[in-house]
Amino acid sequence: MSAGSGGAPAGSAPAGGRDRVLGAVRAAVRRDPAEAAVRRAEIEARIAAREVHVRPPVEGDLTARFAEKVALVASTFAPVKGVDRVSKAVADYLDEHGLGREIVVTTDPLVEQVRWSNEFAVARRAADPDDRVSVTGAFAGIAETGTLVFVSDRRTPTTLNFLPETHVAVLARDRLVPHLEDVWERLRDERADSPRTVNFITGPSRTGDIELQLEIGAHGPRRLHVLLVDV
Amino acid sequence: MIPESHRFPDRAGLALADEGLRLALDRARQGFIGNRRKAVDALPEFPALREAARRIKDHTLSNLDLYLERFESQVTASGGQVHWAADAPAARARIIDICREAGARTVTKGKSMVGEEVALNEALEEAGLEVVETDLGEYIIQLADETPSHIVAPAIHKTREEIRDLFAKHHAPLGLGPPGLGNAELVARAREVLRRDFLRADVGITGANFLIAESGSTVIVTNEGNGDLSNTLPRVHIVIAGIEKVLPGYEDLCTVLRLLARSATGQEMSVYTTVSTGPRRSADLDGPEEFHVVLVDNGRSGMLGGEFREMLRCIRCGACLNHCPVYHAVGGHAYGWVYTGPMGSVLTPLIVGLDRAHHLPNACTLNGRCEQVCPMSIPLPSMLRKLRARGFERGLGTRTSRLGLAMWGFLARRPALYRPVAGAAMGVMGWLGRRRGAFRRVPLAGGWTAVRDLPAPEGETFQRAWRRRGSGGR
Ligand code: SF4
Repeated sequence: MSAGSGGAPAGSAPAGGRDRVLGAVRAAVRRDPAEAAVRRAEIEARIAAREVHVRPPVEGDLTARFAEKVALVASTFAPVKGVDRVSKAVADYLDEHGLGREIVVTTDPLVEQVRWSNEFAVARRAADPDDRVSVTGAFAGIAETGTLVFVSDRRTPTTLNFLPETHVAVLARDRLVPHLEDVWERLRDERADSPRTVNFITGPSRTGDIELQLEIGAHGPRRLHVLLVDV
Repeated sequence: MIPESHRFPDRAGLALADEGLRLALDRARQGFIGNRRKAVDALPEFPALREAARRIKDHTLSNLDLYLERFESQVTASGGQVHWAADAPAARARIIDICREAGARTVTKGKSMVGEEVALNEALEEAGLEVVETDLGEYIIQLADETPSHIVAPAIHKTREEIRDLFAKHHAPLGLGPPGLGNAELVARAREVLRRDFLRADVGITGANFLIAESGSTVIVTNEGNGDLSNTLPRVHIVIAGIEKVLPGYEDLCTVLRLLARSATGQEMSVYTTVSTGPRRSADLDGPEEFHVVLVDNGRSGMLGGEFREMLRCIRCGACLNHCPVYHAVGGHAYGWVYTGPMGSVLTPLIVGLDRAHHLPNACTLNGRCEQVCPMSIPLPSMLRKLRARGFERGLGTRTSRLGLAMWGFLARRPALYRPVAGAAMGVMGWLGRRRGAFRRVPLAGGWTAVRDLPAPEGETFQRAWRRRGSGGR
């Protein structure tokens, strides 16, 4: 008879769930208890080895590749020569879209260095439902796919990446990496503990759920603008 | 939902008579196939990635017990909790308990196929909770009280007019008039309405595309951002996942991610790939206070121990549906349960029992295209053959063993439907069709033959196919 839930009794005791599931899995893989310790050491070694499998080559200028990929996913991109020019770059972008000067920002070291001009009203906190524009510091950018990476901590709340309609990401050029895998390497190097959330974001929010037509701005930001800053 | 796969012939017949559905399916077929093709062609490493992914997953599955234990200990270490559910009732009961303990009233849900599989929504509602699906496609079918007709695009069968009418009806109590018919207007309306739900929900439930044993993380891959709002805003985050979703480490995840979006939608990366590890840290400004992972077996350990283990490599990308001529002829609802197309024709009998779904493995032309496009190299056609054989042994196959034949007859009238399909089945089926004449009296319920005359393929095509394959052509 097929393995299945069809005839299973309702409301089986959740407490016994662990033994039942793991027992069934052990039987299915024909686990020999005498060997389990050895096998466990093997999988620990495999995890520790962090072997990279297959990666498409990312050649040439990382910035050019990143900019090209960012454009392909309907984000916009501007290089910025120095942190002191970020305020102006953000102002220009907001003007382009008629968006005023109210922003909510992260307090990571890069964005903290920005000296916002007087016209800005700057809040430093997690997102509120009515926030229209966020400016957040990215942990990394990936040239392979034009992806931005954000990690949550007390300085960089996750909601700022999702609730406001317009998301301006600030990325230091030296945090641009070739591949997905490089992000994990950096995270392991730079953080003692893993963050609650790591967001890989590739373009503004979208859906194809109505007649398979692409529509930008489903539940997350409608606009994603990337400032790549020389530091 | 209660599986209705035993009604496949009737439902297929009705689907074939539905011109609106036909249009929707044509659009889907063209979009998905073309986009995937472009994305795969642009990546010379695709075959090597596919091979690497198969090895990763096979290794993980042969050590699944150890990887699950590793995953569990990491979740616990990061402040989360793992729950184990042997079957669908246990999964539902556990999740209801967590919601009750949290004093929850409202639940927002990200898209989860295993959630559909265990019929979670109905159970939560019966337990008195308000459940809101937040993926736009899932939201639409929740309003329509239907099941997903595609694992990636659940509301693929719905027209914009139908969606507008659903919104008009369900949003009226919120004081909102009927939305406009434009795509942008409909999406904006859903965004507006669902925002309110995200902000008041007590519990967010998401699925998981992957579980990472290295760190105890769960991973979701989405385009809309609804999953992220579901797992960040509510106080409690519950992840429901099949036990087969584990990968050893982050590098393994990177490899499989390169295959997933390309195979599903033709993107290089979906917009949001989100890795969640435990609840919010004490200094964090947002994120859930509780993090629960409910690991569901529900037939998977049975697959693991038998000849269908390879099915557990499936990453639910939908490529096999998108390239299946039978799926494109009848749509997802004909399959009668949550999993559809070739992967559904294997999974459904294995989860709900062959006696309740024996039509599905028969509704296949064995053209082999699904296996060719599957990023995880799952041998779907040979699995379907095995299931047919099992069904036949149990005397389940008599009425419908010719279902695939009839399917093919229908497809032969519509070259566009099988243009993307390898020509393999054509010679054999053409020959059969010719010998028996037109498929005017196919062994299906009335719905089918009432609306379709099913002639054999035209002679020229048949001749060419026959010559190419030689007289041994099978
Ligand atoms: S069987 Fe293969 S092609 Fe089909 S959904 Fe699963 S991984 Fe994708």
